[in-house]
Amino acid sequence: MATVSMTINGKQVTGDVEGRTLLVDFLREDQRLTGTHVGCDTSQCGACTVHVDGKAVKSCTMLALQADGAAVTTIEGLADGDVLHPMQEAFREHHGLQCGFCTPGMIMSATALAARNAAPTEADVRHHLEGNLCRCTGYHNIVKAVMAGARAMQA
Amino acid sequence: MYAFTYHKAESVADAAAKVASADDGVLMAGGMTLLPTMKQRLAQPSDVVDLGGVASLAGISVTAETVSIGAMTTHDAVANSAEVKQAIPALASLASSIGDPMVRNRGTIGGSIANNDPAADYPGAVLGLGATVVTDKRSIPGDDFFQGMFETALEPGEIIQRIDFPIPKKAAYVKFPNPASRYAIVGVMAAETASGVRVAVTGAGPCAFRETAMETALAGNFSPSALDGVTVSPDGLNADIHASAVYRAHLIGVMAKRAVAACG
Amino acid sequence: MPRDDGIGASVRRKEDFRFVTGRGTYTDDINRYGQTYAAFARSPYAHARIDGIDTAAAQAVAGVVAVFTGDDLAAAGVNGLPCGWQIHSKNGEPMAEPGHPPLAQGKARYVGDAVAVVIAETRAAAKAGAEALEIAYTPLAAVASIRAAKAAGAAVFDDIPSNNCYDWELGDRADIDAAIAAAPQTVTLSLVNNRLVPNAMEPRSAIGDYDTATGEHTLFTTSQNPHVIRLLMGAFVLGIPEHKLRVVAPDVGGGFGSKIFHYAEEAVVTWAAAKIRRPVKWTSDRSEAFLTDAHGRDHETTVTLAMDNDGKFLALKVITDANMGAYLSTFAPCVPTYLYATLLAGQYTTPKIFAGVNAWFTNTCPVDAYRGAGRPEATYVVERIVEEAARHLNIDPAELRRRNFISPDAFPYQTPVALEYDSGNYAGTLALATKAIDYDGFKARQAASKAAGKLRGIGFSAYIEACGIAPSAVVGSLGARAGLYESGAVRVHPTGSVTFYTGSHSHGQGHETTFAQVIAERLGVSVENVDVVHGDTSKVQFGMGTYGSRSLAVGGSALSKALDKVEAKAKKIAAHLMEASDADVEFKDGVFTVAGTDKSVAFGDVALTAYVPHNFPHDELEPGLEEQAFYDPKNFTYPAGCHICEVEIDPDTGVIEIANFVAADDFGNIVNPMIVEGQVHGGIAQGVGQALMEGCVYGEDGQLVTGSYMDYCLPRADNLPNFKVSTQVTPCPHNPLGVKGCGEAGAIAAPAAVMNAVTDALRSVGVTKPIDMPATPSKVWAALNGA
Repeated sequence: MATVSMTINGKQVTGDVEGRTLLVDFLREDQRLTGTHVGCDTSQCGACTVHVDGKAVKSCTMLALQADGAAVTTIEGLADGDVLHPMQEAFREHHGLQCGFCTPGMIMSATALAARNAAPTEADVRHHLEGNLCRCTGYHNIVKAVMAGARAMQA
Repeated sequence: MYAFTYHKAESVADAAAKVASADDGVLMAGGMTLLPTMKQRLAQPSDVVDLGGVASLAGISVTAETVSIGAMTTHDAVANSAEVKQAIPALASLASSIGDPMVRNRGTIGGSIANNDPAADYPGAVLGLGATVVTDKRSIPGDDFFQGMFETALEPGEIIQRIDFPIPKKAAYVKFPNPASRYAIVGVMAAETASGVRVAVTGAGPCAFRETAMETALAGNFSPSALDGVTVSPDGLNADIHASAVYRAHLIGVMAKRAVAACG
Repeated sequence: MPRDDGIGASVRRKEDFRFVTGRGTYTDDINRYGQTYAAFARSPYAHARIDGIDTAAAQAVAGVVAVFTGDDLAAAGVNGLPCGWQIHSKNGEPMAEPGHPPLAQGKARYVGDAVAVVIAETRAAAKAGAEALEIAYTPLAAVASIRAAKAAGAAVFDDIPSNNCYDWELGDRADIDAAIAAAPQTVTLSLVNNRLVPNAMEPRSAIGDYDTATGEHTLFTTSQNPHVIRLLMGAFVLGIPEHKLRVVAPDVGGGFGSKIFHYAEEAVVTWAAAKIRRPVKWTSDRSEAFLTDAHGRDHETTVTLAMDNDGKFLALKVITDANMGAYLSTFAPCVPTYLYATLLAGQYTTPKIFAGVNAWFTNTCPVDAYRGAGRPEATYVVERIVEEAARHLNIDPAELRRRNFISPDAFPYQTPVALEYDSGNYAGTLALATKAIDYDGFKARQAASKAAGKLRGIGFSAYIEACGIAPSAVVGSLGARAGLYESGAVRVHPTGSVTFYTGSHSHGQGHETTFAQVIAERLGVSVENVDVVHGDTSKVQFGMGTYGSRSLAVGGSALSKALDKVEAKAKKIAAHLMEASDADVEFKDGVFTVAGTDKSVAFGDVALTAYVPHNFPHDELEPGLEEQAFYDPKNFTYPAGCHICEVEIDPDTGVIEIANFVAADDFGNIVNPMIVEGQVHGGIAQGVGQALMEGCVYGEDGQLVTGSYMDYCLPRADNLPNFKVSTQVTPCPHNPLGVKGCGEAGAIAAPAAVMNAVTDALRSVGVTKPIDMPATPSKVWAALNGA
């Protein structure tokens, strides 16, 4: 076991982990932040997307120890109390989710896009979401939500 | 995943020492291939030496002749580097087509090349642009680097430090992705360089290779129509449920023409 | 003024706050005190004899708590997983129904078949233990396809040497053969309906728990129908009476059918938790999901349509082979029979129809209902052959359909394949769809594509489905071993807020919002003051769950009936308060009034009176305000519509782009248009996925080739266009809300529309070679190049 420390959603945390402990398992099992989901084992579905030092990454394909000293933001860290982040609000407003399982990863991926591209086109969004699988929505309303959310984030 | 001991390397020398002293040590760059492989219990290293903390390995520098990319530079950094976009737009474009945004934020050029997946994109650039792979021990010409499926010229414990890409007159990379995995079924880098035309193909064979018949055809006339009479043999090409060898051979021709056209 | 949160309003979903903030609770998010973890050792062979299992090495792995094999379960009296539907062959014999032990006994019959379970302190230790098991297998010849099943030789079950599950038929074969022989025009097609892996994004998960104080078992599971699981697992597999077995399905991350069925892992963790006196948790990897979540479709069909020279359909003959996989999953036998052949009339007046269906056992993962279940297969057969007929006769495909549609004044319409359609207007949705896609402009667009070196095609799919399953008496007579009603209970609280307990269970459909809207409309309370409780057998009295687009048509009807009862009682209380006769009391917008007077009392006051009955008609009524209702449908509902797809093909690569996709659907009345549109989008995406991308491939040795997202092509955002969807309303005449169901329409309609478009594009350059789904770039390129 080794000790790992990181800032998660603004809070400093420390834990004991094995070398093989994945960041997503540290978040879900040790920190009980279960909003980050695991939908595949080949690093493709994107349900586990979180931000590490401001970059969207797949937390299922990163060891907890690789995040030692990093600042991690999960879906639980986006809203300001009960006030939703504009991207969360956009997903709700545009029915960009059905079962909700891919949603945290979608939103974390979408906010990373918006940080770089304030007014993404439909094609930009569809291309950007290459690493986030959804089986419910056909992506139609997710695309609408991300475009609206990105614009709302500028407001 | 099987249990292993994790080490964070402080320097290239430290990484080399740590991996050498392990029973069955492995270097980890971005981990985009290694970690999924270990999660599937297909690899069982005793020790994993993480290069993520070795600052000297990351970074991009550009001179009049060369774009040098540190081994630990992420695909995202290459894709969005103003200098790379200026000097070798094909390289930035290739990097932007690897995996997905989250993969590009972690995956590195050194990891990609050292792994030498037959369907990886970067080998097409190393070969197609005539790059040099600089390790902690030597410089390896791109033409000598890729030796077979997942096989490279790297010796055990040898660590890639950077890749030097000579800036071509023009170059373009076009890929036909696997519909499922989005890895290259066929990727073609076509370039007009100081040392002549280069056409490198990735995805189609056991590892990236040059399509010399196309290079010859393009040498006198660097235009898509120059490739009209050039046929590619399916012999030795990969075949799977997504593409037969014959289809791959055909796609090499199509992608090569599109790459040449994209060179402008 | 209509309420802004009542029926017909696009109310934003009540459930979304928790989902967008990561506060949903899916099964794997739950941990129980003292929990252990289970890992299953799964057969690496498609077919093998299990010669012995040495558990010593696994027991020795640090952290391993227990190891159980199929023999252990058998010795403990654990029974096999039951099948919920019995089909009889045409000769009257019941289907072959082999046992399905939760852990294999004697033989493993598909790659992934669970052979043993290892329970440990951690997930990693459980996996290490499973890997350490020494299982001696003797590989046997695998039956990996329908073709192999039909061939003489290897058998999945020794006592079923033919591999045939049933040989079933509907209709008079000789009569239809004669009609076809006499017809002036016929067309025939051979079609493959490709096997699919459902791929709900949430992998299956199950936690067994046992309370040593009360003897109560609890199963947390990813299920679309927890009461069905309680019934099947409790009564048939483990012998636990209902009052000692609680099944909880919390938030469920998609299902599409795959979470209807009772799976082995649920029974094993429930049994093992009681055995070791500790909670046992199992969560599927995606790789396990590919191997073991019940697959969908997998039909091979030959269809012949006979017509007169004007294109009037005279007879249809359909011969289908269906793959059941290695065991009969919960509802598998009914999918290629009663959910399929009964839909072969489509939207048409075809007077004579025959269907012959053989179901086969193979050494592959069991196949069961997947979004649409039988109806997509039927629509694919009908709409592909109708399009083929239009081409054969050189009649416009829209016009040929119009000539054969059942007319709007012909309802109720008795088809020759058992169903009585209740209502519909098929020409209406065809007109909506052709307008939406600018059908008249297609030729110009096709010419423009051609000028750009591309091939453009257009394809129709005028589908029908039977939803809202089902009248219990009807399905019982057809072999269902369950009733298919729904229950709902409306609990009005003293302050007028409402909790609704329903046996339907959302796995993404937004029930918490839709049902709340129905209640808001009826009782005049806002949706914020209505909560929906579902997915817990200890809270909801009974239920049959969510599948077959039944939640609103059946569960909503139960709600409507319960609301009738609430309103009736509340009226009596209001009448008492207003000193009027309850016959004179009217109720509207949450207020009771007495006609012709200015007397009024609000619903909230009536609720309070029900619980604080100081001034209450005690002689007539009991205090309290809560009512339950069961609803057993009078008929199926029949959503229908027309989807049109336009594709553009790059002939150099074979890549197909969906240039345009329109849907015009008739779902009857609509409660929440936003949610309905979302359901259609998702269905279309799965249908397009089936047509162009998804195909589950087994090698001849029975190994799963498409075992991950590296090889199984799940649609991504950039594979799909925006969809143009619209609706027409022809209310369902026999349920109280007039609703039909919308969840499966897209998946039912889209495959035929896409493939008709693809084949149309190929025909534009003279290519008529058949092409099967998925029409991948390599297949399209091969078709174009005669390869």
